[in-house]
Amino acid sequence: MAQVALRKVVKAYEGGVQAVKGIDLDIADHEFVVLVGPSGCGKSTTLRMIAGLEEISDGEISIGGRVVNDVPPRDRDIAMVFQNYALYPHMTVFDNMAFGLMLRKFDKAEIKRRVDNAARILEIGPLLDRKPKALSGGQRQRVAMGRAIVRDPKVFLFDEPLSNLDAKLRVQMRTEIKKVHQTVRTTTIYVTHDQVEAMTLADRVVVMNGGIIEQVGPPQELYHNPKTRFVAGFIGSPAMNFIPGRLENGAGALRVHLPGDIVLPVPAERTERYKALAGREVLFGIRPEHLTEAKNLDRPHVAAMTATPEVTEPMGMETLVHFKMNGAEICGRVDPGAPAQPGHPLPMAVDMSNMHLLDPQTGRVL
Amino acid sequence: MGTTTLPAPPAAAEARHGSLKRERRWAMIGAYIALAVFVVFFMTPPFHMLMTSLKSSAEIADLSGNPWIVGSPTLMNYWELLTEGNYLIHFRNSVIVTVCTVLISMVISTMAAFALARMKFWGSATLATGVFLTYLVPETLLFIPMFQIVGQLGLYNNLWAMVLIFPTLTVPFCTWIMIGYFASIPKELDEAALIDGAGHLQMLWKIFIPVALPGILAAMIFAFTVSWAAFIYPIAFLVSSDQMVLTVGIVSDLIRADTFQWGKIMAGALMAALPPLLVYAFLMDYYIAGLTAGATKG
Repeated sequence: MAQVALRKVVKAYEGGVQAVKGIDLDIADHEFVVLVGPSGCGKSTTLRMIAGLEEISDGEISIGGRVVNDVPPRDRDIAMVFQNYALYPHMTVFDNMAFGLMLRKFDKAEIKRRVDNAARILEIGPLLDRKPKALSGGQRQRVAMGRAIVRDPKVFLFDEPLSNLDAKLRVQMRTEIKKVHQTVRTTTIYVTHDQVEAMTLADRVVVMNGGIIEQVGPPQELYHNPKTRFVAGFIGSPAMNFIPGRLENGAGALRVHLPGDIVLPVPAERTERYKALAGREVLFGIRPEHLTEAKNLDRPHVAAMTATPEVTEPMGMETLVHFKMNGAEICGRVDPGAPAQPGHPLPMAVDMSNMHLLDPQTGRVL
Repeated sequence: MGTTTLPAPPAAAEARHGSLKRERRWAMIGAYIALAVFVVFFMTPPFHMLMTSLKSSAEIADLSGNPWIVGSPTLMNYWELLTEGNYLIHFRNSVIVTVCTVLISMVISTMAAFALARMKFWGSATLATGVFLTYLVPETLLFIPMFQIVGQLGLYNNLWAMVLIFPTLTVPFCTWIMIGYFASIPKELDEAALIDGAGHLQMLWKIFIPVALPGILAAMIFAFTVSWAAFIYPIAFLVSSDQMVLTVGIVSDLIRADTFQWGKIMAGALMAALPPLLVYAFLMDYYIAGLTAGATKG
């Protein structure tokens, strides 16, 4: 078990392209950290640098207090689970899991004990004599995890391990991974592009974009207090709505003026925070779940507005309504019983206690 | 039990279904005809060889007989080949040369292919292409400089010169075949092995060779065939019968001036064709088996 620390880590390729632009990150012992971001954001490269599969162009990576910049992967005491499982096709499940231990000259009884233990945790005991080609996708993924567990490494590294599975299996394996982590408590770094995976698995989520870390924090904090437009838009599904508007001070109370003469009062407890911004152009950010059918309008922080949905998407437990506001695509979540019809004006409620104001130029949350 | 009556399929669909079936039948008939022609064409020479090898010299010389039918079959030609003359020595020489060539080629080309396919180093791509280009140089051009080298090494008229020369013909192509196979092995497999603690040699031995076995066998079959059937170099470099391999031994020992011992030549050639036949028969199954299935998704 160990902490992992990244200090000003840079990955530059020939031709000067920087995939990772000097990131700092501290991961505590036993922690489950998820690196999340869109394709090409540098998350996989970062993971591969921690694994030792990519050289570090600049900076320092340490595992368990030891700088590992020049340490080969096999001596870093890590285990990795790959997206395509990377099982050795000519070996049985047992041999696949035992391979690393055999190379490290463990004695046979110990190898068997460890493999049996991992097989029990992952419920793959009956598969130990099979070859990978005789396994389903989910079973292969379990074997790949088993191969990591038997080694009892300091750190687990997962590189998009669920991307090759179908939607149902993915949800199931997600729970499995969480269970395994709760059992073995090994420090885990997990890479995914799926923000749902990130939110559900992580103790802390690291949102990356364009080779830098946008924000690090527990899932709920990223959801409620995003620091940048990127994080606000990336975390949560459907994504947060951004509507260009203006913050005005009227009669001692702040108001957000949106296109279409919509005026929304800023809750009183936020006045202090936004006071200095009065008169400025802002981006008004609100999540679809805080833009609902008209309800709770008697509460002080709930404002009313009317929108005409262009498209409605019934999801079962809720209905998504899509409408346009001055060119911006806006999405709201309404009760399936609400009278939402395309082309018909729908009275809606905006929960202003969950509003965000962003700087339209820098994308910073104000 | 209620029964559901399905509406009859429309006539058009039926006709289409019927025509698909008919098309398939015609395709099968065409395939069988083509294969039959192919089989007749390629089996005729061996058949003629077999018939001739079972005839006595007198029957071969008798022009009134049918060349495709044996009047009084005899195994005399085979018996004499195996008991008199140097045929067994030639056979042994061919085995020595071929086994050594295959071994040397496999060791060199497996390691070369692994290095070129996986250990990215400066110029590795150019080198890989260069390896293949050397294979394109015709043997007939190479054998003059080869002759000089062999002469300087004092290996003229020596069986071991073949063990030295044949790998130069087989290694480039074998390497090329194996680069392709190794390149098709998912990169994650070596990364997993690296993390599991394998060094490069362990990775080659425990992962790449077993996974790329079909490719390695293909290369082996190629090296075997080249070495077993080589003619130009042996006939140029080997002059005394005890050093000769089968290909040149048969023609030089069994053709004396204008006397062709056809029965023995055919018997000798047929027996010489047996080892390749056996190798193909046994290795083909391995060759076809897709061992990489299940390595990664799919």
